[in-house]
Amino acid sequence: MLLFFFMVTTELRKTAVDVMQRIPQATQLRKLQRKSLVTNLYIGEPKKSDQFGTEPKIQAEDVFIEPNDIILWVNREKDKLPENEREQLTVAMKVDSEAKRGIIADVETQLRKANARKILYSTLQKSDKR
Amino acid sequence: MAKSTPEIPNASMADIAFLLLTFFLVTTTMPNDKGLSMQLPPPPEAQPPEDVKIPERNMFKIQVNSSDALLVEGEPMNDVSGLKDMIKKFILNNGVDPKSSDSPEKAIVSLKTDRGTTHKRFVEILDIAQAAYYDIYADQAGVTNEEFRKIASDLNNPENQRLYNKGREGIPMAISIAEPTKAGN
Repeated sequence: MLLFFFMVTTELRKTAVDVMQRIPQATQLRKLQRKSLVTNLYIGEPKKSDQFGTEPKIQAEDVFIEPNDIILWVNREKDKLPENEREQLTVAMKVDSEAKRGIIADVETQLRKANARKILYSTLQKSDKR
Repeated sequence: MAKSTPEIPNASMADIAFLLLTFFLVTTTMPNDKGLSMQLPPPPEAQPPEDVKIPERNMFKIQVNSSDALLVEGEPMNDVSGLKDMIKKFILNNGVDPKSSDSPEKAIVSLKTDRGTTHKRFVEILDIAQAAYYDIYADQAGVTNEEFRKIASDLNNPENQRLYNKGREGIPMAISIAEPTKAGN
């Protein structure tokens, strides 16, 4: 029973996330409609801080990227989708609680330039009452 | 003559199942595909650098500095629990109070942060602002807040589409997120 539960509800890890992910909590969550249109961007302090320092970094798939690379990355993600759905690409931003707005704003500016304007700040459901 | 069909040894079945179970426990993750959804404004260069003057009364200003302190309409605020009702009152003012908004269509909630503001604080405030809007939409559509958000996530159903439009009628979700100021990065 347990085995089937895990087989059905979980999914295989595609990428190893190398940045801290203490996801903030919120109440007004929206569920994503279609998984295939979603692509993830991870932002946070690197886990291996002796190697990469403690400044928050952006991770796309398996590599760290700079804000300037985002346009290129978005276009590559868009190429994976069928042509009529490219405009609906949603970027799910999984941002660590302690990351600063500065780096996130830089990413948002690049996403605007890349015309990927649907975004989602990934959050957990806040458990206490509103 | 005895049947010669070979039987699968079933003594090890439990072991195999447990092995598989641990395998799935270790290699898989629970998908987390929920969050605060937003629409970014069009690219910076596509917009003409026009200087649109928005009357002071139609702006609900929320500012957060780099030490996560809050300034709402020019007043410092420590406790955010009343903020949602303030925003709701501001949006639904309809010109009654001369210091508050003209109409829900013109009302803008402006959220300005520093580069040093933490993401946690930003999400907290954005959550409150969106909660105010979703509460209003849900009231208009005659459902609860939670139901409205569920409806908004599934617009292929015509009934949902109808409720969604009814909820949002005349009230665009105008949460403006300003470019952060350069302090405390």
